[in-house]
Amino acid sequence: MSNLSLLVVVFLTGVSLVAAALALAKLLAPRTFNPQKGEPYECGIPTRGGSWMQFRVGYYLFAILFLMFDVETVFLFPWAIKVRDMGPEALISVSFFFGVLILGLAYAWKKGALEWK
Amino acid sequence: MFDFSTITNWIDELLQSCMAPWAVVLVEGLIIGVLLLLLYALIALALIYAERKICAFFQCRYGPNRVGPLGLMQPIADMFKMLIKEIISIKDSDKFLYGLAPFLVILSSMLTFGCMPFGKGLLTLDFNIGVFFIMAVSSIGVLGILLAGWSSNNKFTLIGAMRSGAQMISYELSIGLSILSVVVYAGTMQTSQLIAAQEGTWFLFSGHIPMVIAFLIYIIAGTAETNRGPFDLPEAESELTAGYHTEYSGMHFGFYYLAEYLNMFIVSGIASLLFLGGWMPLHIPGWEAFNTVMDYIPSVIWFFMKTAVIMFIIMWFKWTFPRLRIDQLIKFEWKYLLPIGLFNLLLVTLMTVFGWHF
Repeated sequence: MSNLSLLVVVFLTGVSLVAAALALAKLLAPRTFNPQKGEPYECGIPTRGGSWMQFRVGYYLFAILFLMFDVETVFLFPWAIKVRDMGPEALISVSFFFGVLILGLAYAWKKGALEWK
Repeated sequence: MFDFSTITNWIDELLQSCMAPWAVVLVEGLIIGVLLLLLYALIALALIYAERKICAFFQCRYGPNRVGPLGLMQPIADMFKMLIKEIISIKDSDKFLYGLAPFLVILSSMLTFGCMPFGKGLLTLDFNIGVFFIMAVSSIGVLGILLAGWSSNNKFTLIGAMRSGAQMISYELSIGLSILSVVVYAGTMQTSQLIAAQEGTWFLFSGHIPMVIAFLIYIIAGTAETNRGPFDLPEAESELTAGYHTEYSGMHFGFYYLAEYLNMFIVSGIASLLFLGGWMPLHIPGWEAFNTVMDYIPSVIWFFMKTAVIMFIIMWFKWTFPRLRIDQLIKFEWKYLLPIGLFNLLLVTLMTVFGWHF
């Protein structure tokens, strides 16, 4: 079998696992209705306000930093398998890319973006 | 060493001889799917039992010992209990995303599970971008967790999901860097070639210190990636009830439970693939007799043994280290692991390019 069809098979296996287990649960599990049951879980008191609200910006900052370094990893993979063939040239060409990245990390560090306040 | 591809090729030829080509693909797909499902469920059950028993021994108690001999039926009873529990639908939740999240979580673990080299010739997905594909699909799991926390309209789940997202994306960088070091050293991303490259010695024992550092970084980041051990902030019971899956009940919760254990298996499996040679037996250059004896142990046993050892270490972490605070967690990754990982990658590159020995 080709790789693509194998990928489709594994994908469908995952989907069918969830679907089959949910169907089985639907058959076996009881279904009752009670308005109290649908309430969001809280420590014994009714929830105040909605949950879809503003939350701290720190998470956003780390998501941006993550994006920077994750794209870097994506770019480095094609380089990584060619290092052995290219020799010293590979090191020189990537050192510029690497340098900019490390500068970026150092800048974020100095600005205090890596602190959790 | 027995090559399982003789069996698969024999089945393939047998089916080719009596069926149309499209039917062959269909039947083979069905066989592979069923086998993967069985293995997936079996490993999850075995891990649930092992985790509970090992936890118990660390805390000087017996663990499950009532259901079946030595409590062996306990995970099956747990699964059955989950199946017959009601699936509650939450008021004002985003129904579509709420239902979609378990699919994403299970899918990411199933797709990475398909890349595991269970034995010689027992490899379902063997792309030429192998480990890159593993990294790509394993990050879908974060999406599932974020959706789960966001859609269930609960403050606990929202905080749990945000913490979990921040933690998983941060530690993914370190995983990526340590995988990159191995790829630089081996010069390939394909799973089967990575294993073939470790026929002489496993990468961990190749005598290069950067490989050991990469392994340690991988184990630490992998533990964080599975939300376990000292890094279990997203589901810190004492502050967030159950984190991102607070609002999930019955089988819906079961999927997160399954995926959590399977992710631990997958992280250990990838560690054994990258650093401990996958299914490759322990070979020591020059020791011909020893190598021949090692070759008699089946490849499947080698893979599961290595994976089990790493899983035991990950379980051990949980009972040895206290839980980190979120600021410590973020600091640990961005100020220690990431710079060390970058430096390590540089060392591996120097090692590969100039043949230096570290």
